[in-house]
Amino acid sequence: MNRFRALWQSVIGKKIAMAGSGLILVGFLISHMASNVLVFVDPAKLDAYAEWLHGFGGLLWVARGGLLFFLLVHILAAYQLTQIARAARPTGYHAVDYRVSTYAARTMRWGGVLIAVFLVYHILHFTTGTLHPDFHPGEVGRNVIEGMQVTWTAAFYAITMVSIGAHFWHGIWSVFQTLGLNHPAWNSTRVTVATALTLLVAGGFLSIPVAALLGLLP
Amino acid sequence: MSDMKLTLKVWRQAGPSAPGAFKSYPASANEHMSFLEMLDVVNEDLQEQGEEPIAFDHDCREGICGSCSLVINGSPHGPKGGVTTCQLHMRSFKNGDEIVIEPWRAKSFPVLRDLVVDRSPLDRIIAAGGFISVPTGAPPDGNAIPVAKEDSDRAMDAAACIGCGACVAACPNASAMLFTSAKVVHLSLMPQGQPERNRRVLAMVNAMDEEGFGGCTNYGECQAACPKEISVENIALMNREFLRATLHDRDGAPRVAGTM
Ligand code: HEM
Ligand code: FES
Repeated sequence: MNRFRALWQSVIGKKIAMAGSGLILVGFLISHMASNVLVFVDPAKLDAYAEWLHGFGGLLWVARGGLLFFLLVHILAAYQLTQIARAARPTGYHAVDYRVSTYAARTMRWGGVLIAVFLVYHILHFTTGTLHPDFHPGEVGRNVIEGMQVTWTAAFYAITMVSIGAHFWHGIWSVFQTLGLNHPAWNSTRVTVATALTLLVAGGFLSIPVAALLGLLP
Repeated sequence: MSDMKLTLKVWRQAGPSAPGAFKSYPASANEHMSFLEMLDVVNEDLQEQGEEPIAFDHDCREGICGSCSLVINGSPHGPKGGVTTCQLHMRSFKNGDEIVIEPWRAKSFPVLRDLVVDRSPLDRIIAAGGFISVPTGAPPDGNAIPVAKEDSDRAMDAAACIGCGACVAACPNASAMLFTSAKVVHLSLMPQGQPERNRRVLAMVNAMDEEGFGGCTNYGECQAACPKEISVENIALMNREFLRATLHDRDGAPRVAGTM
């Protein structure tokens, strides 16, 4: 355990913790997106999927606990690294000229905050139903379709999904570098993998609020 | 030889704890002058007028010592890329340009005067790396120790680092990861660097953290600013070295240094 503490005490170890926890969250998002788009096939299928998940009972709580744990590790590491970085440059530059860094890279921190805010809203919206205009426990497909009829809700979802896409893209590309996988023969593949996964996952998520805004949901 | 008129906006600061401010100076130059020669002329004028010349670091003026260190219009070592400030020529600028000149900015690099900063934290990171075990005595036979060409090439590329600190200056996190990784990797890839490999990376990363540099967000600005074009591939290698050493090293030097 001492060795894990020693890792966490360095900026490299915190970054490795972010990479590892981020990968697990990426895995969750892939499965979450894949199940969400069932709403296009048949809203009842989404209900069935949710029922199947809830059938795991205690195990579902283990999975939720695990996700929450890794989310908190991710957020804590991000917070501490931000503090260290701010302290490292107390006086900024008068002229700023970014040469190569992407917009996605430079918005990782505020993008992350937006995702956290979204997450709280999202769980109150679709899981507990607290913020849902007409929540029917168990009727997941119906809740999604009706929840998305509220224009500002669908718009907020759409904006957040774009920002998650940016976070996701830099995160996936970056995870290889952090874990020590940088090789000239593979570097363009890293970008391809990040772009493909981003289009798939963020695009899949985005399709739902966009379809709602265009009046295309069943 | 076309002459150009420029306006310099220069950070002036009388001492480490004095408040600083930008001051504007007119400058003239021709396209064949180096950036530092352009500043030399400005300084001659200032001295004639009885004013304090602008302090900046320089030594070899041929891109090998790593002394020169100016952030020019927001870019360490200027807009060209792959050169030090002393190798930057005025043909990279146009008549009428305003040029903002600032010191390296990092908590670990306090300003000593004007554009001169204290870069001794980088020396301390190197010192933390310690020695390598090389038997002395009669010179060994050439090629007695086989080294893959690919490894020696990569080690040489990393060893091209002149320790100027442009990577720290360019990084939005003021991180010294590119510098430290170049120093770690140029030894870890070579057979001569193996005996102390684990403890070297542990000690150097520890020193880097203690000096108060930030971490890496994979912006890539360091590599773009580096006059020796050191690759961020070295950072990935250092991450791997550090992870391996922390988990494997038999002495396992647990750290207590970090504050978080
Ligand atoms: C268009 C986009 C999305 C839609 C329509 C959507 C829909 C849903 C629905 C209906 C639930 C409740 C499932 C149930 O109660 O069985 C849910 C849960 C959840 N969603 Fe999403 N989601 C979207 C995007 C996201 C994103 C981008 C994230 C992560 C950043 C996310 C994270 C979560 C979490 C953490 C839960 C709670 C899981 C649990 O209850 O254990 N969702 N989502
Ligand atoms: S003065 Fe030596 S590198 Fe520029």
